[in-house]
Amino acid sequence: MSKISFLKPNKDNLTTFLYMGSFLFVISVIDVFLNSFFSLNITGFLPSSLSFIIPIILGFIGLHFIRIENSGYKFLDKVNKNINTNNFNAILSLLIIFIIIKSTPPILSWFVIDASFAGDSKDMCSGGGACWTYIKVWFRRFMYGMYPNAEQWRINLSFVALTLLGSVGYFATEKFKKYLTLYYVVIYPFIAFLFIFFFISGGPIFFDFSYGIIAAVISIIIGFFIPSKFKFYYFIFVPITLYIALKYFIFYEELIELGKLDGLNWVETGAWGGLSLTFIISFFCLIFCFPIGMAFALGRRSDFPLIRYISIGFIEFWRGVPLITVLFMSAVMFPMFLPADFFIDKLVRCIIAISLFEAAYVAEVIRGGLQALPRGQYEAAKSLGMGYWRMHIFVILPQALKLVIPGIANTFLALVKDTPLIFVVGLLEIVGMLNLAKTNPKWLGFAMEGYVFAAIIFWIICYAMSKYSYNLEQKYKTER
Amino acid sequence: MDLKLQKIIPQLITVLVVVLVFGFFTYNAQINMENRGIDFGYGFLSQESSFDVQFSLIEYDGSHSYFRAYLVGLLNTILVSVIGIIFATVLGVIVGVARLSPNYLINQFAAFYVEFFRNIPLLLQIFFWYFAALRALPLPQDADAMLGVFFLTIKGLYVPAFIWENLNVFLYSIIAAIVAIVVIRIHARKVQETQGKQLPVFWISVGLIFILPLLSFLIGGVSLSFEIPKLKQLATTSFIYEGGVSLPPELIALTLSLALYTATFIAECVRAGIQGVGKGQKEAAASIGLNPNQVLKLVVMPQALRIIIPPTTNQYLNLTKNSSLAAAIAYPDLVLVFAGTALMQTGKAIEIVSITMLTYLSLSISISILMNWYNKKIAIKEK
Repeated sequence: MSKISFLKPNKDNLTTFLYMGSFLFVISVIDVFLNSFFSLNITGFLPSSLSFIIPIILGFIGLHFIRIENSGYKFLDKVNKNINTNNFNAILSLLIIFIIIKSTPPILSWFVIDASFAGDSKDMCSGGGACWTYIKVWFRRFMYGMYPNAEQWRINLSFVALTLLGSVGYFATEKFKKYLTLYYVVIYPFIAFLFIFFFISGGPIFFDFSYGIIAAVISIIIGFFIPSKFKFYYFIFVPITLYIALKYFIFYEELIELGKLDGLNWVETGAWGGLSLTFIISFFCLIFCFPIGMAFALGRRSDFPLIRYISIGFIEFWRGVPLITVLFMSAVMFPMFLPADFFIDKLVRCIIAISLFEAAYVAEVIRGGLQALPRGQYEAAKSLGMGYWRMHIFVILPQALKLVIPGIANTFLALVKDTPLIFVVGLLEIVGMLNLAKTNPKWLGFAMEGYVFAAIIFWIICYAMSKYSYNLEQKYKTER
Repeated sequence: MDLKLQKIIPQLITVLVVVLVFGFFTYNAQINMENRGIDFGYGFLSQESSFDVQFSLIEYDGSHSYFRAYLVGLLNTILVSVIGIIFATVLGVIVGVARLSPNYLINQFAAFYVEFFRNIPLLLQIFFWYFAALRALPLPQDADAMLGVFFLTIKGLYVPAFIWENLNVFLYSIIAAIVAIVVIRIHARKVQETQGKQLPVFWISVGLIFILPLLSFLIGGVSLSFEIPKLKQLATTSFIYEGGVSLPPELIALTLSLALYTATFIAECVRAGIQGVGKGQKEAAASIGLNPNQVLKLVVMPQALRIIIPPTTNQYLNLTKNSSLAAAIAYPDLVLVFAGTALMQTGKAIEIVSITMLTYLSLSISISILMNWYNKKIAIKEK
């Protein structure tokens, strides 16, 4: 029998090392496990500093023993390759394993075991864990802000309707696929705008909403008979013109009277809030900032020097200042720039400010895509006799936008994460509502639960978005 | 002629629209200010501000001018940004490298960190640290000393203050050490280029940076002592720490969340940069006989830095701009002191908001100029 060298574990005494190593490693893990889950300290007889460090030493020696290359055991080789390549990695792996074991019981007990779910008053929350009762009681406020409880079905209905209308793309047949871009760029935002501003806002104005539906339906029906050459211009101009015509010239007086009689209750935008406001703001800013950003991206690459300088100035200005000062500007400075009798709603000002701000970032992202296209694409399009707009719409932008999907998605993610900043102008979306609820004298001391709740919601939204953009990126990846 | 006109007309129209919009705004602003009896001007900057600021790096109280208040805010913003950038860079580089670790546990841990902190709004994180996490800290009288000298309490972090004698001699010694190192490096490069010999520059540098300041202690009459914060009772239940430097909880919450948040983005930049260096480069470097350290230092890092620096600069800019979220937790930064309190007092909305925006604009532009210069210096020199 050969002599066993403990400093250099080798294949000759494989089983010896394997048993010893696994034994020590398992002992160290069991020690930490018992310590954290059952607060038993099996090394309690040792001095406290030694007792603290002993699992690390045991585990380290154990991992050292089982570090045998090409042992022939698949599992062992896998472990060695992944967590146990050298001494340094072994210690890091041990630390991470111990941290996970140590942190599980307190997190678990705070979230579930000691938490209170029942009841509807603060008295129910006497345990050491989280007070989810607080979230339950305030749930409607966190979702809908100060929107009256009886009217909240309007928000729900709008969101359901918009989600259904938004998912049309998945069910469209091949025949209608070519209209989808048009639908999403022009018609869908238009309908969404009507929904949100007239259905959620309500009031006698509600009947404007019906004009919108009428205008949209009529223009879509007529749209089928328009030659495809003019369809683009048709759908850009006609629905809006039709809407304005309907609103101001036809049936105006009669319907206003009717609307005053039984329209929906008007809810001022100051009462909107919670998560639904986050969605509303993100949605509008997303719709607006994209075309603006595209225009400035093209402007920055324009051959006309004046247009180029104006675009550069615009982009660099918005990119150089923090959003919070932009919102400050929209709140205190912008009203000074408008005629005295001209009032713009706080929410609208906010949406304009965020849209302009994000548009600058979108512009830079799109410019990156435009620059990444080979010059041959431009030259080929020009040599086919295409003008500036045709070249960009049919050749350049489709390819450039495909390239920048991840960048655009990141900008939109940033936009969603920036929405809580609207607290500056006094609008309270979910984070703002949390801060309001936190100061309620009946519910003091539950800040942690609120923030954790909001963090989970935001995390799910943002993570889903980033994964979705990753999928899009993979889907549209074209070999070039 | 026709072509020229085609070029000029769109530009003219654009400029006209821009001018009209701006003209419309200025016209309205004039009328509005006349109606409200506000006059436009920056004269208020020299007036007495008569408000107090909780935390300032320079001497300031209500008797100082608004301009001084502006400086206080600006310095606080810069302080938060600089500390945040340092921590975010260190953490970001560690996490970025950890994401590429062959150790499965470590790279999953790093990935978890990145995905977790990146997808939660920064403002929410700031609120979390400030209102939930730091509120759970002990009161001053219950706080245990960390390492005997640091006290982390609900009222902030108390650290010992340095008390220097002949500080300038110490600073001169450091400057001298740096100059000497630069000279030696230039000389070493010359030696290597002409004679092919490598001097132990690294060890000489380390030696210099330690020995020269040490000499200043021994010979130059420099001495350093610490003032450790001491608990002091104000009333029966009210305690504070006296002496030392106190960092307010606002500052801690802000730098913590800024660093944790921005580090995720920097980590991604670092990862992309290191992955961007082709495998062939490392293999080629190894095959000409460089050792792993040299491969990292001479081949991988110079190339990786080229990819890492531009996006990281952007992150630094973002961090600086995000530091304006300080206003949400009442850390007296530029936005809170100037665009908040000063604006409320003077009502000079246009002047104050424009100064604030210009300040951030120039901060951003100066960081990006600095980084562009550095970027140009290390960029590939194409022939």
